[in-house]
Amino acid sequence: MSSSTPQVPGTYVFDAAESRRGRALNRLCGSLKDAENRERFKADEAAYCDVYGLDAQQRDAVLSRDWTRMMDLGGSIFYVFKLAMVDEKSMQYLGGVFTGMTTEEFAEALRAGGRSFG
Amino acid sequence: MAEVIWGLATSHVPSIGAAMDHGKTEDPYWRPLFDGYAPARAWMARHTPDVAVVIYNDHANALDMSVTPTFALGTAPSYRVADEGWGSRPVPVVTGAPEFSDHLVGSLVDASFDMTVYQELDVDHGLTVPLSVYCPDPGESWPCAVVPLLVNVIQYPQPTAARCLALGRALGEAIRSFPEDLKVAVFGTGGMSHQLAGARAGLINQDFDRMYLDAIEHAPEKLAALTREEYIREAGSEGIELIMWLIMRGALGPRIRRVHETYHVPASNTAAGMVLFENLGR
Repeated sequence: MSSSTPQVPGTYVFDAAESRRGRALNRLCGSLKDAENRERFKADEAAYCDVYGLDAQQRDAVLSRDWTRMMDLGGSIFYVFKLAMVDEKSMQYLGGVFTGMTTEEFAEALRAGGRSFG
Repeated sequence: MAEVIWGLATSHVPSIGAAMDHGKTEDPYWRPLFDGYAPARAWMARHTPDVAVVIYNDHANALDMSVTPTFALGTAPSYRVADEGWGSRPVPVVTGAPEFSDHLVGSLVDASFDMTVYQELDVDHGLTVPLSVYCPDPGESWPCAVVPLLVNVIQYPQPTAARCLALGRALGEAIRSFPEDLKVAVFGTGGMSHQLAGARAGLINQDFDRMYLDAIEHAPEKLAALTREEYIREAGSEGIELIMWLIMRGALGPRIRRVHETYHVPASNTAAGMVLFENLGR
């Protein structure tokens, strides 16, 4: 993160430096909007990661579906979500993962008016 | 001369489009939101524009992060509906207004807003969901041509809120200087408060949203004075999309009338808001 980028607790502020750090990961995730690429990915996920030049940490995070780690390694939620869609996971599923809740608990928190932070 | 006849601010949550595409608008989860839209839709159906300028952001669909234009305008004769990974939405192709776009680019650059120009662009839910909020059953074609105006809201530094309001004012001038008698609607899309990732995922700030819905009419300068950090802190990392409402507001004149407003929580992970203004002229 650049020194001029605001820091907000509990929040990823995705900036140009993060975009550079997460470039390979985000390119891979973005490619999955195309059906052909999804098939290629599913056939051999590790080889697909190598084609996109992911480093070892990003590769592990993708292969183990460690969503928080992907975000920590420069992932942008709009790209990472493309990978979640391959697994047929919703944004509410991801919200649960990020906050330590089940999908149902997370969805219920939103139905109850959303999560409030003073 | 062209004139801005109305301005619509609305959330562009993908699941709102999906609810319409899959016939779920009567489901208990969705019905309150769509009931809230009804009076605005009825009014807009009686005030059809020739062209809509739709201010939105792409979500990793047509644009990738090799290039991040701060402000961009489409100048194409038509725009395909993007395939975001689950097939394109079953909505009509979007017809452009290339000569009007050319005029807007020229006028905005003359006013020192250096727009990136897109001759080709697929439009994602950020643009098509607001069109569906306006017109739920377009049939074979949308009721009006469209000029897409893209804003970078997903990678810091986003433009400041003050810059967005100033762009909107220049956009209004640009529209009014077009020498044909066009009726123009302006859509400001995105928001309201939401955050998709991080420990604060699921954030909704109803007090902030209510303040925003009120001030966008009476005190846009107050919203333009908020820093990007304040937007992110108060409305969430994706709630900063609300700066796009200020471009719409700036394009309207000082004299406007609130036709309708609705606010509902949640639309999947987001607070959904809509406010419609009739432009009463200068």
